[in-house]
Amino acid sequence: MQLIPCPWCGPREETEFHYGGQAHIGYPQDPSALSDEEWARFLFFRANPEGPFAERWSHSAGCRRWFNAVRDTRTHDLLAVYRIDEPRPVIS
Amino acid sequence: MSRAPGADLPEDPDFLWDNPDPKPAYDVVIVGGGGHGLATAYYLAKVQGITNVAVLEKGWLGGGNMARNTTIIRSNYLWDESSGIYEHSLKLWEGLEDELDYPILFSQRGVLNLAHGLQDVRDSVRRVNANRLNGIDAEWVDPGQVKELCPIVNTSPDVRYPVLGGTYQPRAGIAKHDYVAWGFARAATVLGVDLIQNCEVTGFEIVRGRIAGVETSRGRIAAGRVALCAAGHSSVVGALAGLELPLASHPLQALVSELLEPVHPTVVMSNAVHVYVSQAHKGELVMGAGVDSYQGYGRRGSFHIIEDQMAAALELFPIFARAHLLRTWAGIVDVTPDASPIVGLTPVQGLYLNCGWGTGGFKATPGLGDCFAHTIAKDKPHPHVEPFTLERFVTGALVDEHGAAAVAH
Repeated sequence: MQLIPCPWCGPREETEFHYGGQAHIGYPQDPSALSDEEWARFLFFRANPEGPFAERWSHSAGCRRWFNAVRDTRTHDLLAVYRIDEPRPVIS
Repeated sequence: MSRAPGADLPEDPDFLWDNPDPKPAYDVVIVGGGGHGLATAYYLAKVQGITNVAVLEKGWLGGGNMARNTTIIRSNYLWDESSGIYEHSLKLWEGLEDELDYPILFSQRGVLNLAHGLQDVRDSVRRVNANRLNGIDAEWVDPGQVKELCPIVNTSPDVRYPVLGGTYQPRAGIAKHDYVAWGFARAATVLGVDLIQNCEVTGFEIVRGRIAGVETSRGRIAAGRVALCAAGHSSVVGALAGLELPLASHPLQALVSELLEPVHPTVVMSNAVHVYVSQAHKGELVMGAGVDSYQGYGRRGSFHIIEDQMAAALELFPIFARAHLLRTWAGIVDVTPDASPIVGLTPVQGLYLNCGWGTGGFKATPGLGDCFAHTIAKDKPHPHVEPFTLERFVTGALVDEHGAAAVAH
């Protein structure tokens, strides 16, 4: 079973976590100004890269806090974990 | 099901397909040599009369999701749009062995979709009524009838999620997936299609908004039209052509048991406890689960998904308790926000898109092949795929099939 390093609790089993999809998606600043096209992009279009991907996880059966991770979608390796108010780390 | 395991498997054929080198140019290049790519090539040649066609496959033919699914075929979807394409496909399945002159072991042993809660029951009955209005065979069966159709199902009311009944589609069933790929490949080869393996597409040549060719690991190939059939990797391939797609790729796991005597006469799916089971012609129990929650391209999933799947299987089928697990694997499925596929034209002229079948692409293989070939040849969507445009995510005309998709995602 995959271990996921919660930034607060340390490595815990994957079953303790809930997946939250792509990270760094901001709610629209002025929702009423958005076109249909822009709404569609906000609601439905997410990155789906083969390689490093910044995503959200919640340690739902532990400290219940959300955090971000950069994970390689080919290998499942977690390359970095960081707080949700921190910028995405540069991964070489 | 009285014959010995494996007794009805056919002999190996003396010819499957040629392995030509790519020509400098084709009328149509299909990216992806899985079931959808091969079926599209076949119907392009057979029905549309376009035979100067190449299918490019980065690995080997039928080696992706085509070799990794649980082979279930059914058309009991809720909405008219889905009923249209899946029932068209089921009708083609019913004649496919003759059409391809190749054994595909299509077995219409029926599919049961079990209901375990009151809302499950209401949704299921609604779906049966919707199916019947669309001319699709479907019935609601009570727990006693479930027991008659599949005697090994535990219909005791004293379990955590008792079986309250189910929907049953008698014409549904399974086929042998690798034979389906080989049958389409062989028939396409005979009609003059070039099937090119170990040929990865690395770029697209687009001139003034129109497709002109593809760059590949085996050189540049000019193409009048290009059709994408890359399944789980559609986002990756689409990005090479500048397409952004509303897709999330997830691992979807399945597993098989050792060979057993025939015990399981139909196909049983359960959306609530989450397992689906059939018994392959050779005798393995074939079981599927839901997708892993995270996005990814690694063809292995999480162990706890298998654990949950096995727990559900054991509650439904107590006699499986001593069956040995033979192997597990995962395919990569591309899931859309409404659990329906994306098929049709793109902003690039001459570039056609087929993706987003998520967990349900296998059953659509002949139907999609026929309709996508029509779409490519006429440069206009076939009526059965017209609702499945990329634009629906902007217009809001979604085809929400999460309920009928039968796999949690």
